[in-house]
Amino acid sequence: MSHRLSLTGLTAAAIVFFSVIALAQAVRVPGAQYDSDFPNEKPGPAPRRDLTGIWEPARGPGDAIQATGAKQYPDTGRPEHALPFTPEGLKANLANKPAWGPRMVPSALSNDPQPTCEPQGWPRIILHNYRTVQILQTPKQVLILYQFNRKWRNIWADGRANPKVDDVLEPRFWGYSTGRWMDDYTFVAESVGMDERTWLDNVGRPHSWEARVEERYFRRDDRHIDVTITINDPTYYSKPWVALDRLPLRLQQDSFDIREMECSPSEFARYTKEFAEPAAGVEK
Amino acid sequence: MKDALIALIAAVDILAASAPAIAHHGAATFDTGKELVMEGVVTEWVWSNPHCFLKFEVKEKDGAVRAWTVETSNPPDMVNRGWTRRSFKAGDRVTATVEPVKSGNPVGRLLQVKFADGRILSTRGPVTQGGSEPAPQ
Repeated sequence: MSHRLSLTGLTAAAIVFFSVIALAQAVRVPGAQYDSDFPNEKPGPAPRRDLTGIWEPARGPGDAIQATGAKQYPDTGRPEHALPFTPEGLKANLANKPAWGPRMVPSALSNDPQPTCEPQGWPRIILHNYRTVQILQTPKQVLILYQFNRKWRNIWADGRANPKVDDVLEPRFWGYSTGRWMDDYTFVAESVGMDERTWLDNVGRPHSWEARVEERYFRRDDRHIDVTITINDPTYYSKPWVALDRLPLRLQQDSFDIREMECSPSEFARYTKEFAEPAAGVEK
Repeated sequence: MKDALIALIAAVDILAASAPAIAHHGAATFDTGKELVMEGVVTEWVWSNPHCFLKFEVKEKDGAVRAWTVETSNPPDMVNRGWTRRSFKAGDRVTATVEPVKSGNPVGRLLQVKFADGRILSTRGPVTQGGSEPAPQ
């Protein structure tokens, strides 16, 4: 009997395993390269202090598209995914009405600040929709170009000190970012001053004016960067939490064309009128 | 049985996790799990952000014509699945598999389209490159 149960479990597990493989292989960005394309690859050594290039999630284009919340903390209602909200943070969280997750409402009734082409801001752009990026370096900055909604950020890397929150004069959707090489292969940036209207992720996790976001890029070898994002916001969260943990990005050929993905207000207005509002039963 | 149940739950989780790539503007409106299969005539294929959508007319049993609007994902994601802005033209006869919305309005999420010549385009599962190959019978 126990053998039969184990066999049943193994069979089901095998179905799941191969389903995952099939899903992972099913969709890819035309022209992109993924780790699964190079099963016997032996990457070379990482170049010193170099993040430049066009980068794609190494495990496939859907690896970091997180509609249901930050990859390490999807909004599942499970204890292991519960965030350490302070009472003030929990209140702010409940005021947000996302279109995904256990508290989801129809998109036409959501107060999500982003879908109407408002800026997603930092770090939601990658906690929600981490797609292809291109990274450029100048002597004083690291610049990151994002496919999603065609946005870009600059991280000052000229030796200036990380800013204190109160040093930032105005809120910015994308914050104010400074970074430095901790060693020849690890670049760490900190961002402050993120506009409080923005959400941290797609299910309405909030942040306060006190939020600091650390992004860590580890150049593992000549093919990969591992990206980690940590949220430190003592007003809304009782302790720092890792929202993205060593997400692997794979270097693409320098001829790889990043396909346009833009949020057009007029196109969005038509989508809302012809689809989202009828879907929600909104009569106008 | 318990092992199988755990594996099934894991499979559902995985599929749920894959859903966001299909529609990131919300899932609350859909009658999840329900599928309608309808024959209709395409009136417009709107290739736009944040989601492309297909408009088609269905002749119902009483002879009335009902206009449907069904969404897919955004253009880059649809390209990844082999769809293009030229995938449809007005007048194409299609059989659409749709996850409808709860409101009862003729809108929904497009899951699959079969053309009169047997080609299939899908928003789920393996890519059917350009929809150019006849579907296996």
